[in-house]
Amino acid sequence: MTNPEPIVRLEDLHKTYWTGAVSVEALRGINLDIRPGEYVSIMGPSGCGKSTLLNLLGCLDRPTTGRYLLGGQDVSQLDDDLLSEIRGTRLGFVFQSYNLVQQLTVLENIEVPLYYQGWPEDRSRAVAEKLASRVGLDSRFHHRPNELSGGQQQRVAIARALVNDPLVILADEPTGNLDSVSGADILAVFDDLNQAGKTLIMVTHDEEIAHRATRIVRFRDGQIEKDVTLREPPYQAPADRAAATA
Amino acid sequence: MSPDLHPSQLWQQVTTATHRPPVGWRLALTRFQRIIRLGLKSIWIHRLRSLLTVLGIVFGVCSVIAMLAIGEGASYEAQEQIKSLGSQNIILRSVKPPEDEKASANRNMVLDYGLNYPDIRRIQMTIPGVTVVVPGRIIREYIWNITRNVDAEVVGTVPWYPQMRNHRVARGRFMNEMEMDDMASVCVLGQEIAARLFPWQSPLGKSVRVGSTYYRVIGVMEARGRQSKPGDSSSGAQATAVDQMFIPLTTAKMRFGETIFKQRSGSREAEKVALHEVTVKVAEREQVVPVSRAIQELLERNHKKKDFTMTVPLEMLKQSERTKQIFNIVLGSIAAISLLVGGIGIMNIMLASVTERTREIGIRRALGAKRRDITVQFLVETVMLSATGGIIGVVLGISIPFFVTLFAGMVTIVTLWSPLIAFTISAAIGVVFGLYPALRAANMDPVEALRHE
Ligand SMILES: Nc1ncnc2c1ncn2[C@@H]1O[C@H](COP(=O)(O)OP(=O)(O)O)[C@@H](O)[C@H]1O
Ligand SMILES: [Mg+2]
Repeated sequence: MTNPEPIVRLEDLHKTYWTGAVSVEALRGINLDIRPGEYVSIMGPSGCGKSTLLNLLGCLDRPTTGRYLLGGQDVSQLDDDLLSEIRGTRLGFVFQSYNLVQQLTVLENIEVPLYYQGWPEDRSRAVAEKLASRVGLDSRFHHRPNELSGGQQQRVAIARALVNDPLVILADEPTGNLDSVSGADILAVFDDLNQAGKTLIMVTHDEEIAHRATRIVRFRDGQIEKDVTLREPPYQAPADRAAATA
Repeated sequence: MSPDLHPSQLWQQVTTATHRPPVGWRLALTRFQRIIRLGLKSIWIHRLRSLLTVLGIVFGVCSVIAMLAIGEGASYEAQEQIKSLGSQNIILRSVKPPEDEKASANRNMVLDYGLNYPDIRRIQMTIPGVTVVVPGRIIREYIWNITRNVDAEVVGTVPWYPQMRNHRVARGRFMNEMEMDDMASVCVLGQEIAARLFPWQSPLGKSVRVGSTYYRVIGVMEARGRQSKPGDSSSGAQATAVDQMFIPLTTAKMRFGETIFKQRSGSREAEKVALHEVTVKVAEREQVVPVSRAIQELLERNHKKKDFTMTVPLEMLKQSERTKQIFNIVLGSIAAISLLVGGIGIMNIMLASVTERTREIGIRRALGAKRRDITVQFLVETVMLSATGGIIGVVLGISIPFFVTLFAGMVTIVTLWSPLIAFTISAAIGVVFGLYPALRAANMDPVEALRHE
């Protein structure tokens, strides 16, 4: 079968932190292609550079050297405003500690990315309501984060990550703060999203969780140690399907 | 889930809604509205803290407006009183010269001092531009209505006194030329005297007694505010605190003569004063000061003793304007200092707030907020905070003078510009002192901010 254009392409990516006289090479030469529809687990011991990689993928930081192509566009050396725009339009984040804005309600939290894209309020409100219902928060629209359980908060975060229809959803240990029941709940939503064709990149410590993905990338000391594709992504873009059936 | 829908569409139909963001000024406007609502929200969430934060601004603005209003009122009152003396007038008064104070202990001596008729003639003949001269004799006496009496000044003067001194007749009329020529026994009472002697009826047509002479009341003057004449301390507080009764100058001359005998608390004094008060009206306002200098020189040549004082209302007016200017400068400095302190208080809280909300800043940055968005958010919040303080200050600052007028009876004037300027400055303080915290918020590293506990 034909390989579609990668949605994420990393070419010899390096990241070095300078703290006073000491420098830490957090990433040393990462080459990685991720195709649309893939669900990638990133694993590795603590301090091996997983979060650093996710920050670079999320355009929250710039690599020291190397190239990062997101949806075909080189974003490795864009300025701060352009990076903000990329984050706001092409990326979705799910954090371990949910990271909701405390003084905003569920719907308002979901709307934040659209707000910075200048969406009119009625339009973004409608989208936020649909997404909130979709993640099972029908009766919680106007609650504040501190009135919700951890699982519910993480579902708000997922809805927020979806609201701008991102190319990639990035998740840093999304179940790390949850009990096993709500953790399973969140992972089910992730499976569902991947079934629907969303591209997911998730950092995790848990082998069992990692195996729900279609691909596992293992890190050690800032380098890729092992990269295993478990199965084909469940869904491919219509164009690819057409190509596959032809 | 409807079965005919592909799973991808289930998630996507939500977000692929025709999304066309507004453009240009409309975008700016809707964004601005939402930023303001966001700001109001976070101020409201910490309402006690917000209130305490802006207290400096509130007190600064409030005290400046209130003090300005009271100062403005006081200076207005002073200026009105000065104006009522006539800005084209020069007022001369006879005073007992200091060296004669001791001599008055000698009982048999008659004190002869003060302004006289030759002085008037000399002024009229030698100084150009002098139009009218109002001579006046002032005798301190008791005025009686049967058993009621008041201690007052009996002023012998001329019929054109009211126009000259901006002192109007409230009821009845002032004396006329004929009564002047006839040395008629008529009088016009000051408001206070009329009220004290005739509490239940109109004094017009009634008679009052001074010494052994009865005077028919033909008019009552308007009240003169408080009867203190600012800057006129030389003639003695006791002389200015009382109300006046007006009779024709000729009548005064005839009834009281040139020499006045006073018998008070055992000692007997005799004074010979031709004119107690002379008002000189100058034709041109610009001439008032030079003419006053000339009169001063002229009189000093003929009065070896310092037995007269000169009051120039125009100079007092200028002096009072200068005083007001100094008052305003002092007030302005106090305002500047208190607003500065208030501004620093706001900056302090905003810096704390930025630190406290580091996580929120990180979240917003991760979700697409540009540095500018963060700057604007915090700046608007600070400006709204300080402007709210300004509004509270303006409201308090306007109501304090109202109560001062209500309870203390002082004249206060809230000028339109003082609340406007106070409000504008307090908003500007928000910009100045909010800029640094806002920039600090905007320049945070998103990764660091997200990691912040
Ligand atoms: N901001 C930073 N400054 C300096 N060193 C850092 C910074 N962030 C991460 N590091 C270092 O980079 C390495 C990789 O960190 P990280 O990506 O957080 O690892 P992981 O998420 O896999 O545990 C670690 O050695 C860490 O100490
Ligand atoms: Mg980590």
